[in-house]
Amino acid sequence: MNKVLGDRRAIALLLGPALLVYTLVMLIPVVWSLGYTLFEGNAISGFEFVGTDNLVRLFTDPRVAEALRFTLLYAVIITAGQVLLGYLLALFYVFVLRNRGSVVRTLVFFPVIIPTVAVALMFQKLFEVAPQTGPVNALLNVFGVASIDWFGSPVSAIVVLVIMDLWRSMGFYAVLLYTGLLDIPDDIMESARLDGANGWRMVRSIVLPLSLPVLLSSIIFSINGTLKVFDSIVALTNGGPGTATTPLTLYMFQTSFSYGEYGYGASIALLLTILCLIVTVFIFRSSRRDVTKG
Amino acid sequence: MSTATLPTSSEQQRPRRRPASRSGSVRRIPGTVLIVLLVAIEVLPLLWLLMNSFKSQDEFLNAPTWALPRELNLQNYVDAWVTGNIGQYLGNSVVAVFPALALMLLLGVAAGFVLEVMVFRGRGGILLLFLAGIMVPGQMILLPLFSVYFQAGITGSLWPLIITYTATGLPLTVFMMATYFRAIPREVFEASTLDGASIFRSFFSVALPMARNSIVTVGLVQFFFFWNDLLIALTFTNSSQLRTVQVGLLNFTGQFGATQYGPLFAAICINVFGILAIYLVLNQRIMAGLASGAVKG
Repeated sequence: MNKVLGDRRAIALLLGPALLVYTLVMLIPVVWSLGYTLFEGNAISGFEFVGTDNLVRLFTDPRVAEALRFTLLYAVIITAGQVLLGYLLALFYVFVLRNRGSVVRTLVFFPVIIPTVAVALMFQKLFEVAPQTGPVNALLNVFGVASIDWFGSPVSAIVVLVIMDLWRSMGFYAVLLYTGLLDIPDDIMESARLDGANGWRMVRSIVLPLSLPVLLSSIIFSINGTLKVFDSIVALTNGGPGTATTPLTLYMFQTSFSYGEYGYGASIALLLTILCLIVTVFIFRSSRRDVTKG
Repeated sequence: MSTATLPTSSEQQRPRRRPASRSGSVRRIPGTVLIVLLVAIEVLPLLWLLMNSFKSQDEFLNAPTWALPRELNLQNYVDAWVTGNIGQYLGNSVVAVFPALALMLLLGVAAGFVLEVMVFRGRGGILLLFLAGIMVPGQMILLPLFSVYFQAGITGSLWPLIITYTATGLPLTVFMMATYFRAIPREVFEASTLDGASIFRSFFSVALPMARNSIVTVGLVQFFFFWNDLLIALTFTNSSQLRTVQVGLLNFTGQFGATQYGPLFAAICINVFGILAIYLVLNQRIMAGLASGAVKG
């Protein structure tokens, strides 16, 4: 038995190619990228050793501080919004729609798989001021409110960004949390109902405590995704107005490919990776049990 | 878990339920309002999108934004497809995504099988190594890859995209497949081994057919990740002939000089409603697949 299931040649043949590709295209580049932090230059012009200059610059660059602040702000707002809205929707699915909700669930999920660039361009036009007054401003005008230049100030640009990201992701978190809620045994709910728990009381005392694990993993998954946000911001605001909505991911991209500073770009990427690593450590500490259970 | 210990409050002494026949219809009203609101929030922007794809430039600038298009003109779609090159970009996306998808599934499913079914030292460590890749942001591997692809002289083709997608898709695929294979009882493979099957035979004739559904689900999930990717495509498509559909859409207004609203909306529509066609057929599988990928990842 172990001779077959432990056949080294078979292991090498079946696992080897995947491991090789993974090592060459992901593991080695990660280490290589670490090395880049000590150099400056790019693939076309060549590299020059600069020691710890890039890391010193990382800590003194006001744009890094700004990007880091925005990344964290964005992650916190969107994560809170996604999970809260998703949870409310999930409760709505379970307690109001019950088994009739399949069509609604499917509909609300659809934006999740629309290409982000398309969603972002659509929201750009929805909130546009000139030359065409978009539907949102047209609606404001109906109520006698003057059109707002949504992408003209940092705060309103972030507002549009938040609305867009919640629109496209709430269906996903709703389904995720909905499956978690379905796992709550019916007899517990039923006996709570017989004991007189209804509505809010039921949610607070029974549903919330019992869905805490799936709620927690949603939060962690959401943070991990929002820290790496790139395409929705590139397509909606491209970091503007000015640099107000530039997260670390975009700043890294601009530094590397617009200014050709690979060394400094790699340093920003390292900062981003460390940030993600901290969150991932939390994933393992909180979901260890679930992983082994599979 | 017992619910008998719940503190009883005074309000529970009151009658708990109104007559069921009345409350049934009354209680449905807020629910119905919420459903209508929810559907409106999802559907209205998309309807507006579709409506705009038929309008002429004159209608955009001089008619209210919610006005219906004057005629069902398909010229915008022709402009988007031909002048806007969306047709070519879609072709590029297909050429980059599907080979990567096939290659990644082939490598990833085999690796997941070995890491879960076969017995050898260090398999836990290797699984963890793959798992770590889910966390690494794309930015961390872009620069070395760009240098290598540049040195290798393949930056003028779609190979960088195919190679990078294959590798970045592996961690999640290996992990999801390992989880699926874990659900198959070990006795199955022990039985096939006792019956004299080699490990390759067990893999191709037993494991693959049993995991067929899972493979399709993983492929579907990864398809959307690859198809919707912007970061990798933006980095490695240095000429306009190589653009994938997302990069092309991002640079769409550049094709015309000033913003031509009609073709732009048509281009967005091609993107959105193409995906919708897939979603109409496979929605339940897509929803379940993406949700399981998230919980496990």
